[in-house]
Amino acid sequence: MREVSIIGIGITKFGELWDKSLRQLGLETGLAAISDAGITSKDIDALYIGNMAAGSTLQQEHVSALMADYCGLASQNVPATRVEAASASGGLAIRQAYMAIAGGFIDIAVVGGAEKMTDVSDSESSYTVSMGSDEQWESKAGATFASLHAMMTQSHMQQYGTTREEMSAVSAKNHYHASMNPMAQFPFTISSEAVSNSGLVSSPLRMLDCAPNSDGAAAVVLCATEKAKKYGKKSIRIIGSGQASDTLSLHHRKHLNQMPAIRVAAKRAFKSCGKKANDIDLIEVHDNFTISEIIALEEIGIFRRGKAAAKILEGETKLGGKIPTNTSGGLKARGHAPGATGIAQVVEVVQQLRGEAGDRQVKDAKIGMVENHGGTAATAVIHILEGE
Amino acid sequence: MNGIVSYGAYVPSHKIETGEIASVWGADGSAWAKNLNVYSKSVPGPDEDVITIAVEATRQAMKRANLNGDHIGAIYTGSESHPYAVKPTSTIVAEAISATPNLTAADYEFACKAGTAAIQTCLGMVGDKQIENGIAIGVDTSQGAPGDALEYSASAGGGSFVIGSKNVIATINDTTSYTTDTPDFWRREGQKYPRHGGRFTGKPAFFKHVISCGMMMMERAGTEAKDYDYIVTHQPNGKFPIRAAKTLGFTNEQFETGLLTPRIGNTYSGAVFLGLAAILDIAKPGDRILAVAYGSGAGSDGFDLTVTNKISKMDRSETVEDMISRMKIVNYATYAKYRGKLKMGSTK
Repeated sequence: MREVSIIGIGITKFGELWDKSLRQLGLETGLAAISDAGITSKDIDALYIGNMAAGSTLQQEHVSALMADYCGLASQNVPATRVEAASASGGLAIRQAYMAIAGGFIDIAVVGGAEKMTDVSDSESSYTVSMGSDEQWESKAGATFASLHAMMTQSHMQQYGTTREEMSAVSAKNHYHASMNPMAQFPFTISSEAVSNSGLVSSPLRMLDCAPNSDGAAAVVLCATEKAKKYGKKSIRIIGSGQASDTLSLHHRKHLNQMPAIRVAAKRAFKSCGKKANDIDLIEVHDNFTISEIIALEEIGIFRRGKAAAKILEGETKLGGKIPTNTSGGLKARGHAPGATGIAQVVEVVQQLRGEAGDRQVKDAKIGMVENHGGTAATAVIHILEGE
Repeated sequence: MNGIVSYGAYVPSHKIETGEIASVWGADGSAWAKNLNVYSKSVPGPDEDVITIAVEATRQAMKRANLNGDHIGAIYTGSESHPYAVKPTSTIVAEAISATPNLTAADYEFACKAGTAAIQTCLGMVGDKQIENGIAIGVDTSQGAPGDALEYSASAGGGSFVIGSKNVIATINDTTSYTTDTPDFWRREGQKYPRHGGRFTGKPAFFKHVISCGMMMMERAGTEAKDYDYIVTHQPNGKFPIRAAKTLGFTNEQFETGLLTPRIGNTYSGAVFLGLAAILDIAKPGDRILAVAYGSGAGSDGFDLTVTNKISKMDRSETVEDMISRMKIVNYATYAKYRGKLKMGSTK
């Protein structure tokens, strides 16, 4: 198996991008990543696209060919593949490209994720997102992701004594990080009190516990490490990759307050590179709701089960803390554009490992991890990245 | 110079409080009221519609200037809640003020700015000396679906302005418009309630058009915010107009008189008419007013006005504030009945 490196990155600002279409966003980030990598279109062996919602929000399927076309790759007949796994689409698209390069099938792949969530009404985008849950048992019965995560939160609170204050600390910390990220949808700080007093969505989750449905795009260029030197840019190796799935519906699981797919994917990723949780210098986790960040950190083994929330409140996951988490601002404050999210997380870690993260730079960052999941973590994808 | 010869207003005598609506839907009334800066909204009675409101406002305008129907050469009524899809409101108003048959009339629709488009039409006809006076009406009994965010603000009311060249109480020094194809809010033929683009109705819609039009108007007039005594803009809620006015450089003292939405809700086509009427109720000769309407779809009409000495002699009793102060609170059940939201059984 060959080693794989990331040699180029591109990202748009996340938010309500009403003046940009899906294809514009894809083109913008694709070109940025190609330019950053120093490659030309002739170097590209394959294109992988993470996208969840274009079919329902834009009535546009066949997004892979669309993106290849608008990125000027149609005339070269570059193989283009769309990957869909709800909000894990982006992370999974990277993994597909990673495996194709590691397996020796191709040398260079561009992986892009793009999503338009705000061109439709709030109810339509919420309905679209709910398609990532179990249609028969959950969404058709009226369960939203907010209500499912609210149940997970209640269970976590009941079993481990997780508090409102601890939940709010997750969101406040991520906003603090986003205040230093010019690409963030909400680049400003908010207080824990503001989170605790924001409107109730589904008890105990409040509005500022929940990530937005955003527009945005991100792209990375993956290259066989043995050929990466040719392109000169500071490359970041993908040293570990893991993926796992779980029951689609929450109620089929043994525990409401756990996300086993994250645990298994992390174990597989750690095993693939011989690293352990305490080797990680920084991590991006999938905080679609504040409870998700808490559970993810526990499943990966960064903190012991039931202890993550208290550690977050103590500041251990804040920039300058023991394990800076979601330095991009996370889904909550950088924004959450489902198909792009997993790739945007990788872009953040690459920037950190390159030492190009500006005011939010984690000092001496060498190894970073990315956790991206879909739904209530019926799909989980983990990547471990190492700088030069 | 041509301008406003007379004006009239009408606000229904019932209102419902934001907290009452919120309580029905299990929502936080205080938060809704604070977020929208709308604390109550007017509710039309079961026997009130766009036509009755237009007639009431127009009769007040006619009475104030001692006008009769013979003086009126045109009536244009702007609304997005005309009672008939086919059959004009304006002809009924014309009949009610005895202006028929020697006049032209038509109904306008441009979301919340159809009434100000009617002012521009009358201004053109008066300027071209086709008519002596024309009546422009902005009025709505707007629709908000139960449970939708619009239900907290969609209300009823309207104003009627006589536009002419003689005995003008406020000259219209200039007018301009800013128009684009922006789908922020719409209601298709046959649909009972409108749909809207949520947050899209803000920055790229209301703010872009109102601020751009306001700036264009002041640039054409060679004025700055400090040159005006009052500003009134469209007011879909109580927050947007304040932010727009402040962006244009205006202060609380300049916009608070015409800002009625916190107490009567969004009267749609009636909003700028009522706000301007409230200003004219207290204006002094020489006062300068900037008015900027907004209609979804989307466009803004701007007006630069100067109040004349004639206003001092006008009977300005029965002010907009008088109408607002008489409003009586109704509960949601009464509101639902008045607004036809109850499914009635058949009686034999």
